[in-house]
Amino acid sequence: MSQAAAPRFPIESGVPDGFQYMHPLMVKNYGNWKYHERPRPGVLHHVAKSGDEIWTVRVGTQRQLGAYELNMLCDIIDTYGEGYVRFTIRSNMEIMVSDAKKVEPLIKAFTDAGYPVGGTGPSVTMISHTQGWLHCDIPGTDASGVVKAMMDDLYEEFTNERMPNRVHITTSCCQINCGGQGDIAINVQHTKPPKINHDLVANVCERPSVVARCPVAAIRPAIVNGKPSLEVDEKKCICCGACFPPCPPMQINDPDHTKLAIWVGGKHSNARSKPMFHKLVAAGVPNNPPRWPEANAIVKNILRIYKQDAKDWERVGDWIERIGWPRFFELTELPFTKFHVDNWRGGRNSLNASTHIRF
Amino acid sequence: MADQPKNPEKHASYLPKEKTSTKPFHDTPMLDQLESGPWPSFVTGLKRIAYENNMMVDLLGQLEHSYKTRLGYWKGGTVSVFGYGGGIIPRFSEVAKMFPESKEFHTLRIQPPAGNHYTTDMLRQLSNSWNKYGSGLIAFHGQTGNIMFIGTTTENTQHFFDEVNEYGWDLGGAGPCVRTGMSCVGAARCEQSCCSEHKIHRLLVNNFLDDMHRPALPYKFKFKVSGCPNDCMNSIQRADMAVIGTWRDDMKVDQKEVKKFVATKGRKYVIDNVVSRCPTNALSLNDDDSLAVDNRNCVRCMHCINVMTKALSPGDDKGVSILIGGKRTLKIGDTMGTVMVPFMKLDTDEDYDKLKEMAETIIDFWAENALEHERCGETIDRIGLVNFLEGIGIDVDPHMISRPRECSYVRMDTWEEEAEKWKQRKTAG
Repeated sequence: MSQAAAPRFPIESGVPDGFQYMHPLMVKNYGNWKYHERPRPGVLHHVAKSGDEIWTVRVGTQRQLGAYELNMLCDIIDTYGEGYVRFTIRSNMEIMVSDAKKVEPLIKAFTDAGYPVGGTGPSVTMISHTQGWLHCDIPGTDASGVVKAMMDDLYEEFTNERMPNRVHITTSCCQINCGGQGDIAINVQHTKPPKINHDLVANVCERPSVVARCPVAAIRPAIVNGKPSLEVDEKKCICCGACFPPCPPMQINDPDHTKLAIWVGGKHSNARSKPMFHKLVAAGVPNNPPRWPEANAIVKNILRIYKQDAKDWERVGDWIERIGWPRFFELTELPFTKFHVDNWRGGRNSLNASTHIRF
Repeated sequence: MADQPKNPEKHASYLPKEKTSTKPFHDTPMLDQLESGPWPSFVTGLKRIAYENNMMVDLLGQLEHSYKTRLGYWKGGTVSVFGYGGGIIPRFSEVAKMFPESKEFHTLRIQPPAGNHYTTDMLRQLSNSWNKYGSGLIAFHGQTGNIMFIGTTTENTQHFFDEVNEYGWDLGGAGPCVRTGMSCVGAARCEQSCCSEHKIHRLLVNNFLDDMHRPALPYKFKFKVSGCPNDCMNSIQRADMAVIGTWRDDMKVDQKEVKKFVATKGRKYVIDNVVSRCPTNALSLNDDDSLAVDNRNCVRCMHCINVMTKALSPGDDKGVSILIGGKRTLKIGDTMGTVMVPFMKLDTDEDYDKLKEMAETIIDFWAENALEHERCGETIDRIGLVNFLEGIGIDVDPHMISRPRECSYVRMDTWEEEAEKWKQRKTAG
């Protein structure tokens, strides 16, 4: 083999050291910060034990950034900031500067460029984002489009801090729900079993793995039209779509029967209450691109009532725990159905075994 | 990109003057509706790229087709770089006949630095490399935590990786392997940080690079590090191993600042929003407007510290709590992590070695005993926490439960032995 044709071995360097890209004040005061405050929505002011101060401007982005956007945002950061930036878990950019005087020009530059400053404190911050139709192999809906449509409507709640506490919204384009838990989650909910292309199963799918993947043991091997395939017990099937990734001929997505469901009250933080999972409140919501108005309307309605009714510092889940689920359904005018009851042995601890009833 | 506007206020309306991509645009009436509205539009971003790039012209066509038909059209496959078995998300179009230029549209998952810090120089360098070998579209970041370089051909996957790998960037995980980790901004800028998130993140992930780059585990395994119980990295619900900073001495109270806070906000505000929100009633406002704290009953929830950032802060005797087994829905439903280590110090090299060894033991036991495609939390569910603890050599501890068992149907004829173990541990400890 000639030298030129020899393959290049990777350098297994792993996680890069963040200190080389960190703002010098953050390196200097690492582990020695004293307190912080929020001078205005979208701005954090941290003070170190050494007396050093740093200001952070938080900017909402579309997450999917092209070379033009990246270079333009970097130009702003170089011109009005100090060349250092980090990203939050919800795809917001944070630009750190060492001088309070730099904050307003930075905000102006971003706002002029069409990038909102906000997402701090009791605001609706950027929606946690998946890939959807743009790049995923199993999506029931889009991600970037849903997020864009919703953030257009919630723009003022991103740039202001006028919610009772922070609101984390998530979206997921299949029932694996990689968008995560949220105060409000908009997730795909399939309503019909997979449609199987029996001609392809034998060649495409490792059948035992697919059988093992089903959470309710509804899939079994079968011979269909003389070919090895799989069949689904449709009475048992919960339409979760778990068989679709290992076996693409078991198509779960459907233009009409793939719906959206809305879940509320999830929370990651240990503050006040322990972390909570979100709970089902609405389903059968049409998957309606390009702007998903039905899902948006439900989310905005829940947020409106939460804003009116919750006390300061109550997350959506904290608030509902206080007022009770009957009141939540009454206030939001969402129908309460048999599907809201977690109807299996392990779900018993979600039933009300008391006379604690609000009238 | 030479003609891009110097003034940011012209950004929103900016489109290149000349279309250098040779392929005509597809009609995209549905996507066009996502160009209006105040939030930055990813569609406008895709169009800017499409002015120069035929791949993006067809990508927009396929995306519009998805919007119209409400179906996705990507399928997976096998693409990797030389020497590695994972880290690439291969995508082949199922409608390549209609949209041939984007028939291959793979993503590279690249690990970000701990804490997601960048200089603008580095962002530009990464962007330039990706512009050379890919679509130019980058997502900061995916739900696992990777920088996702979206859209390139099989061949260019290798070229792009070779280029960025030379200046310090490595692939993340995809498939049944140790995945890219996440850590919060933490000690770099947050007064609530109780550990060196940065160091823990790099220590844990970089110890398992072989298990990341050559997927051979039962399923994915994720590390996430949060500096305090606010858990900004969502680690309890999203990580197989969550490392969360905490402290075990008394929290710190600056009574002067407490009094200032009460004077500014009023007693009612402090009682309603601080004192009565404490989940264990460990706070009380004294008659002189100072704050009394029952530290023995404080559960380190962070609420009061979040509200009174100047007056209250974590204590000095810092360390971490470790929870194992969090994950999202597939397959048994969502699970949260369970406390495995209520508290451990992370000061010395030996402390960090202990953490590393614990991760190795847990991954080894899980890899040996899990079913195919079973997350660690699901293994715990299937075999029971007690068996899992025996497997990894950790003693049972009351911090691991919310309440003891409520069902009497259990065989307990080794009670004396087990009680003796507890006594011995107490004497030894």
